[in-house]
Amino acid sequence: MENRLELRKLKKRDKVILILLLLLAAGMLAWFWFGHQEAGAMVEVTVGGEPYGAYPLDKEQEILISGGNRLVIAGGKADMIWADCPDKLCVHQTAISHVGESIVCLPNQVVAAVVGFEQSDEPGLDTVVQ
Amino acid sequence: MKRRSAGQTCAMLGMLLASALLCGYIESLIPISFGVPGIKLGLPNLVVVITLYLLGPKEALVVSVARILLSGFLYGTMFGVVYGLAGGIFSFFIMLLLKQGAQCSPVTVSAAGGITHNLGQLLVAVLVVENRNLLYYLPVLFFAGFLTGLLIGIVSREVLLRLRLPK
Repeated sequence: MENRLELRKLKKRDKVILILLLLLAAGMLAWFWFGHQEAGAMVEVTVGGEPYGAYPLDKEQEILISGGNRLVIAGGKADMIWADCPDKLCVHQTAISHVGESIVCLPNQVVAAVVGFEQSDEPGLDTVVQ
Repeated sequence: MKRRSAGQTCAMLGMLLASALLCGYIESLIPISFGVPGIKLGLPNLVVVITLYLLGPKEALVVSVARILLSGFLYGTMFGVVYGLAGGIFSFFIMLLLKQGAQCSPVTVSAAGGITHNLGQLLVAVLVVENRNLLYYLPVLFFAGFLTGLLIGIVSREVLLRLRLPK
């Protein structure tokens, strides 16, 4: 066991590492906050890495994904409201509406991600945009 | 310092493993959701950090891996075991590096452990769902890992300072 006095104090290298980690964490968080401001246009759903479907955010609908997840689009936001997995982590996630945001259900390998207008290759999208 | 007998070490490992299991169970009772999956307090890591400083690397690894396997089979899923091992083993080696290589304080070791635990789990998740969109969570998980790791590290240090061991 370490010396008790040794254990109590933070050495200089401890402080350096902690401050570096804090700066890195804060920087990433700021990027996360300010990097996701652009309103999205579509929700793209993939299952196991394969494209499953793309759905416009301005059309209210409910999508059953492979029988295991239920995604609801309402009020310009997409929200997972039901899943057959045990942990229900995806259901507890908040609704998504900005480009880059996503909801993930790991047990079912389902990912729903918001994309912008130019990123989506869905044909006829321009007719949806006013 | 007198060496501990194998029996003493064995008894301590048993108690530490039991505490780690209990910590995991208590954590599962805390009904907090942060809107992002994977954010946890990391209470079991409290015991892993204490074991690392009290007994050594081998013992800490044993407690960590045995805790993940046992809790996985007791009240988890196979998914939980895979993600738990990814985070647990990755963070263990980073913590070992900081402790043995740089003689860092438990506070630093635990903060780095919290971050790398989340990173390990996120990387496995990216591989499982084969979708890089998951990296969207990286900043939040990084920050959460740092904060919870820091708290757990401070508590670990206070516990270590107060433990009275049979000499």
